Amino acid sequence: MSGHAVSSVLAQFGRFTLFFGRLCAGVPSVLRRPRLLVEQVHMTGALSLVIIMLSGLFVGMVLGLQGYDLLRRFGSTESLGTAAALGLLRELGPVITALLFAGRAGTAITSEIGLMLATDQLAAMDMMAVDPVRRICVPRFVGGVVSMPLLAAIFAVIGIYGAQLVGVELMRIDAGQFWSQMRGAVEWRDIVEGVVKSLAFGVACSAIAVYEGYHAVPTAEGVGRATTRTVVTSSVAVLAIDYMLTAVLL
Amino acid sequence: MKRNPSIEIGTGLFVLLGFAALFFMATQISSHGLEFGRHEYHLTAAFDNVGGLKAGAPVSIGGVTVGRVESIDYDSTAFKAVAHLSIDRRYNRIPNDSDVAIYTAGLLGGNYVGFTPGGSDTNYKDGDRIEMTQSAIVLENLISKFLFDKAGQGAKKETP
Repeated sequence: MSGHAVSSVLAQFGRFTLFFGRLCAGVPSVLRRPRLLVEQVHMTGALSLVIIMLSGLFVGMVLGLQGYDLLRRFGSTESLGTAAALGLLRELGPVITALLFAGRAGTAITSEIGLMLATDQLAAMDMMAVDPVRRICVPRFVGGVVSMPLLAAIFAVIGIYGAQLVGVELMRIDAGQFWSQMRGAVEWRDIVEGVVKSLAFGVACSAIAVYEGYHAVPTAEGVGRATTRTVVTSSVAVLAIDYMLTAVLL
Repeated sequence: MKRNPSIEIGTGLFVLLGFAALFFMATQISSHGLEFGRHEYHLTAAFDNVGGLKAGAPVSIGGVTVGRVESIDYDSTAFKAVAHLSIDRRYNRIPNDSDVAIYTAGLLGGNYVGFTPGGSDTNYKDGDRIEMTQSAIVLENLISKFLFDKAGQGAKKETP
């Protein structure tokens, strides 16, 4: 029984890896048809803007409050800008954006592809000699990879404004200290770390969402389960990759 | 192939916003920027040691922020660090015998430049160079001085 479980996990991994290879092989084909890509960037990126901006604002404001309370104990509330910017750029921006992305865009991708599978649309494409992986899966995958760093950047910038709103407007920290200490402490490396992370999360979340949709059991229940699995697997993958990348990049 | 302008506009807006955010991170959050308005005048102050003073730090008189440190460079003929200060026009009455010093805000806070007004009738004007300055207090020097004093006292007590 346990041997069977191990082999099914291994098979799962193998299927995912092979599918990921097919996705990567299809990337050049989607670059020749940019319209498909634009549609997907719109679906995954532009439509996620509102949730990303709102979450960024509130995360930044909470960081401002918590950071202010913590730093006040050391008498260095001027460092709030540094704390908020480093936290948002390196950690919170990429990670929370990826988690929201998995919930907002990943589920949409999985259920869309799953439903296409359940209604035999993908089989029909196959009949017409259109490769469904290239026509359906790859544009969604690349769209997610393109959208994620941009979303994370927007999240971080709005978050820093949120922290500024609380720190400067509410708690009366000097705005010059807030910005100048931030500028003094934030280096190029920190920004690069955030972008690298969000790219990696974009690859992971999009590939998982597309994979789960494409391999869903083609029933109503199966698509529902696949959608749930997308969120669970993406979240765990994001947090695990985050630890590894932090350890490497720090 | 169908064209849908609203999708294109939405995507364009999103991509533009994303790159604007990246650009903002690269220019505003990590390095210099920040304009204090154009109603300002410039002074330079030569220090023996600026410690941790950085460009963008506030300039204050009696705790009120009146300007910013624009840049800091090294004058290799006078062997001094020169801070370029830009000060708001509203505060143009700073006596020209005022003392300038570098202070630290809070325990872990950044450094700032503070003026202590003097009693002269003439004021600093745009482009003046201030030589009457007090350097940043470097904590290591202070500690070593303190330790050497203590050691000296200990040695004196033991000899008689």
